[in-house]
Amino acid sequence: MNSELQYFFELVFSGITKGSIYALIALGYTMVYGIIELINFAHGEIYMIGAFTGLIVAGLLGIFGFPLLGVLAIAVICAIIWCAAYGYTIEKVAYRPLRNAPRLSPLISAIGMSIFLQNYVQLAQTSDFLPFPQLIPDFEFLDSIAYIVSSTDVVIIVLSAVVMTALHCFIKYTNMGKAMRATAQNRKMAMLLGIDADSIISVTFVIGSALAAIGGVLIASRMGSIDAYIGFLAGMKAFTAAVLGGIGSIPGAMFGGLVLGCCENLAAGYISSDYADVFAFLILVLILTFRPSGIFGRAPVQKV
Amino acid sequence: MQILKKAILTGIWFAVLTFPIMVVKVDHIEGKMVWRWENAGYIAIGAALLSLVWRYLLERKAMRRRQEELAIREPSLWNKILRDPKLIRTGLLILLLLMLILPALSSTYHINIIATALIYVVLALGLNIAVGLSGQLVLGYAAFYAVGAYAYGLANHYLGIGFWAMLPVGGIIAALAGILLGLPVLRLRGDYLAIVTLGFGEITRLIIQNWSSLTRGPGGISGIAKPGFFNFSMADVAVSSVYIYYITLALAILTIFVVDRLKHSRVGRAWQALREDEIASEAMGVDTMRTKLSAFALSSMWAGFAGVLMATKTTFINPNSFTFMESALILSMVVLGGMGSIWGVVLGAVAIILLPEYLRAFSEYRMLIFGAIMVAMMVFRPQGLIPPQFRRYEIPDYLKKKSAGTPEGAKEGN
Repeated sequence: MNSELQYFFELVFSGITKGSIYALIALGYTMVYGIIELINFAHGEIYMIGAFTGLIVAGLLGIFGFPLLGVLAIAVICAIIWCAAYGYTIEKVAYRPLRNAPRLSPLISAIGMSIFLQNYVQLAQTSDFLPFPQLIPDFEFLDSIAYIVSSTDVVIIVLSAVVMTALHCFIKYTNMGKAMRATAQNRKMAMLLGIDADSIISVTFVIGSALAAIGGVLIASRMGSIDAYIGFLAGMKAFTAAVLGGIGSIPGAMFGGLVLGCCENLAAGYISSDYADVFAFLILVLILTFRPSGIFGRAPVQKV
Repeated sequence: MQILKKAILTGIWFAVLTFPIMVVKVDHIEGKMVWRWENAGYIAIGAALLSLVWRYLLERKAMRRRQEELAIREPSLWNKILRDPKLIRTGLLILLLLMLILPALSSTYHINIIATALIYVVLALGLNIAVGLSGQLVLGYAAFYAVGAYAYGLANHYLGIGFWAMLPVGGIIAALAGILLGLPVLRLRGDYLAIVTLGFGEITRLIIQNWSSLTRGPGGISGIAKPGFFNFSMADVAVSSVYIYYITLALAILTIFVVDRLKHSRVGRAWQALREDEIASEAMGVDTMRTKLSAFALSSMWAGFAGVLMATKTTFINPNSFTFMESALILSMVVLGGMGSIWGVVLGAVAIILLPEYLRAFSEYRMLIFGAIMVAMMVFRPQGLIPPQFRRYEIPDYLKKKSAGTPEGAKEGN
């Protein structure tokens, strides 16, 4: 394989890795938006808290000398549990009292929550970069392709694919998933049919936060360092992914994440890496301006 | 008893919730963990007490709403004072006199802080045009502020243009930037508009940061000229800070005056109609596109003025002054004070800048407290510290007789 082509594939694969993490976070945005039409600004912060929880748990287990894969599994599970609890609490404190308020009120409340959480972690932990241990081991059987795609990337791609498939099945085939879809379509009607909308909304926040937690631990292990501010940028990009795919649509979020990751990486690799974030924001602005319904979304019908 | 039990449960829940972040701390230099068990206790007690206050406030809010529906609530004493025009006028006059003689009374340090607060008053009032009056949530306001600051910084650095020439030009350039952004995106509503403006704000900052050949990148521009007074240069630090203080005071008063006049003008009423209901206002003949665009342009123009002023006051600008946190800070001033209320926004800006400045012990927790305030304000008092007042029009007596049969509610229009 010539080096030109190899460079291209490297970019694409690391783009897919980044993209699957964006997709994991984007699912939280899109599910929440689908149900209560709120951009959950604090979602990026949940992802950051997930990374921190993972780091702390990994640090604790590292003292006892656990095997690497065990540390990864326990760190991910702990991050999921705590982030789910955070998501549940945030919804209850900052959004539930505003269920019938004008639309801008919960949005401002969400921005406040995001600022609060960021500073809370920064004050309780540190505002510096923390090194994150590499939790994903190098697999020997992947050595032959290691020059294009590392085993960390493979694990991230496979794991997020599994998680997303599971989520898809949950939404499609379980009673809870059916209730969630019904609530997203028409909350009042769902309540009339005996669905407890409040608990469905709580479940949505819990699932979204759990997905963000998985994304947080995995990407932190790949990047090698975290700080209290990673949530903002990752949250914005994940939101871009959700919008790109059509906000409210679950396959859209997955697809949007992958497209965004690849676009960003290719643009950074071939044009200029200084402007990688600018490209992501540019995609966001352009999509929202020219096709706000995204790729998979339906254009909203405006009722008077 | 039930309430107490709930409070204790809330305390335990929060102690468990914040356990990994609050109790364990990674010391990566020494490679060990630091345990801070006492934090769990503080959190538990604090959360339990807060939950009691939280529940009490929620209940009080629900009770007030019920009373308002029955219209049995008398306006409170505070509201009566606020509605007395005579008292307000005297108070404002005294305040103005105090502000005018302030440089004679206090040191350069205090003058500088108050001048900063006044710049934020201008910024917050500018954002209030977009967010408070016309209901367009702009999350990238710092970008327009940056446009103004960099317009002056670059013009001064490369071309040597002075402050007074650039003050109007900076405002106009920022207004043009506002229109440029506004044209394509204003058909979006609410939260989508908020996100696009946020994206635009970040793009602006990233471009300033990376375009090193023009803007000198993250290092910023230093040595920006102070304003001159006709042909005298104000080289002395103390004299020039007093001079800048008077300029900011004048601009702040001008802003208050202009925004107040705008609010009650034709276009201001159109903004407020748009905020209340876009479709209804369109049906009543409001040109929504032009109205939104004018709100956007005027709003960013004040950010431009404030940016020029900030650049000349600090003589140094860099991209880090214009992050999303800056936009959020200005937004929280508007929210805290009361969206759409001019005196509320002024109070919000002054409080948010001066309180951390004088309560040094809390300055570390500044942003944490702002975040909490934004949430709490939305939950308990979405109308802000000083809620905006609607203009009331009385129906003259000779008309009342003719329409004797009309119901009571028709008398009070907005």
